[in-house]
Amino acid sequence: MGAGHAHPLYLPGSSAVHRLPAEVKIVAAVFGVLCVVATPREAFGVFGGYLLVLVAVWIVAGIPLRWIAARSLIEAPFVVLAVLLPFTGPPPTVEWLGLALSEPGLLGAWNIVVKGALGVLTSLTLAATTPLRDLLLGLQRLGAPALVVTIATLMLRYVDVIAGEARRMRLARISRGHDPRFLWQLGATARGVGSLFVRSYARGERVHLAMLARGWAGRMPRRSDAAATPRQWALGLAPAVAAFALALAGWLAT
Amino acid sequence: MAGHVTASLEIADVTFAYPDGHPALRDVKLRIERGERVALLGPNGAGKTTLVLHLNGILAAQQGSVSVAGLEVAKPNLREIRRRVGIVFQDPDDQLFMPTVAEDVAFGPANFGVTGAELDARVDAALAAVDMAGHKDRSPLNLSGGQRRRVALATVLACEPEILVLDEPSSNLDPVARRELAEVLLRLDATTLMVTHDLPFALQLCPRSIVLDDGAVVADGPTRDLLGDAELLRRHRLELPFGFVLS
Repeated sequence: MGAGHAHPLYLPGSSAVHRLPAEVKIVAAVFGVLCVVATPREAFGVFGGYLLVLVAVWIVAGIPLRWIAARSLIEAPFVVLAVLLPFTGPPPTVEWLGLALSEPGLLGAWNIVVKGALGVLTSLTLAATTPLRDLLLGLQRLGAPALVVTIATLMLRYVDVIAGEARRMRLARISRGHDPRFLWQLGATARGVGSLFVRSYARGERVHLAMLARGWAGRMPRRSDAAATPRQWALGLAPAVAAFALALAGWLAT
Repeated sequence: MAGHVTASLEIADVTFAYPDGHPALRDVKLRIERGERVALLGPNGAGKTTLVLHLNGILAAQQGSVSVAGLEVAKPNLREIRRRVGIVFQDPDDQLFMPTVAEDVAFGPANFGVTGAELDARVDAALAAVDMAGHKDRSPLNLSGGQRRRVALATVLACEPEILVLDEPSSNLDPVARRELAEVLLRLDATTLMVTHDLPFALQLCPRSIVLDDGAVVADGPTRDLLGDAELLRRHRLELPFGFVLS
């Protein structure tokens, strides 16, 4: 399912991780991230342990390291922010290459970078092994509010339609000599965004009518109710349990 | 109605005005028998879409009544009415709102309580009926205009409606897609009300036509006769395409 929605974060495959029901993977990922966040920042070795768990999952899922690395660049802006902390943090300071670096600042920066990185890597792993459509089905099976699932499902369908509309409007503007590189022509772009909103709103009304006409009663119908088996839960939650053990070890060691 | 066969669609003296007071329908009377294919013709703003929205209770008649296979369009019956009246809207992008073709076709019957193997069977049958069986797992976004139009038709067929209502089914289709759609519709053998500006398409598919103008039914008869009446067409802003001759 979801063949038409190849998003850039999804890596098609048929590994054991890919085959797990989405709700199992969502629970495992959220729980894993919670463990990472709850780990004391001084438990340096434990964070290495988390990385090993993720690497193990990538090996099983057949995700190349380079593939993950390229996409984890999304974290870069946060790293830049963290780099400032050692310079701006309070004393005591440590001397490094002639620079006076704040110790709490260093720890704070490490905390942001390592937890952020592990969070991003976990999310990338989930996204790489689960098509968007299945993620939504998983959320629905986990009992996420019907309205949220509905909105997300429709967004998934219409984001490309709206982008297409925006592209056509841009082409029409450019064809009539509009050059948005000039600051004083930004107004036309802004008005374009406004009319795109109105168009999308009108489309929303029409889609709603079409949904009503086919018996819409406020909830997306479920196609299959095949619940995840205990075996799948056990398999999928294994990395999360490992993360929990690591978090415990971290607490006991510090 | 003793002694009568129940009509697929019966519209009795329906009158409707928009909130600004603009009258959209005036005393519309119409009866469509089971198995009939009828074209609803008329210029822009004649009230065609307003009438269509009355058929499944999205708009409620201020006077008069609409009934579908004997069941009156009224609040308590809305669910069953919407199952019985299958509307295919003009823009397939409005109609196809689910991420995959199969899910979209399943949306209607699932809302009406069909589940499991029967739901799958309905989806397969509806897609087969419009020659789209091989496209179940694709996104509607990646289909051509003609394919989208046929999937939109399948989403309604899967509800097994009493009457099929098509809003401008041939608009924005290239000649090949238009012909393919006509072939599918001719094969269906379903009671059909087709709103259209495409007079040759109406002639090809519908033995009977109704002309609606300014909210009132102004003509009702065999399509060939109506299209042959140049004065009637001119009076109601209808026009055959350049070079088209009734044979």
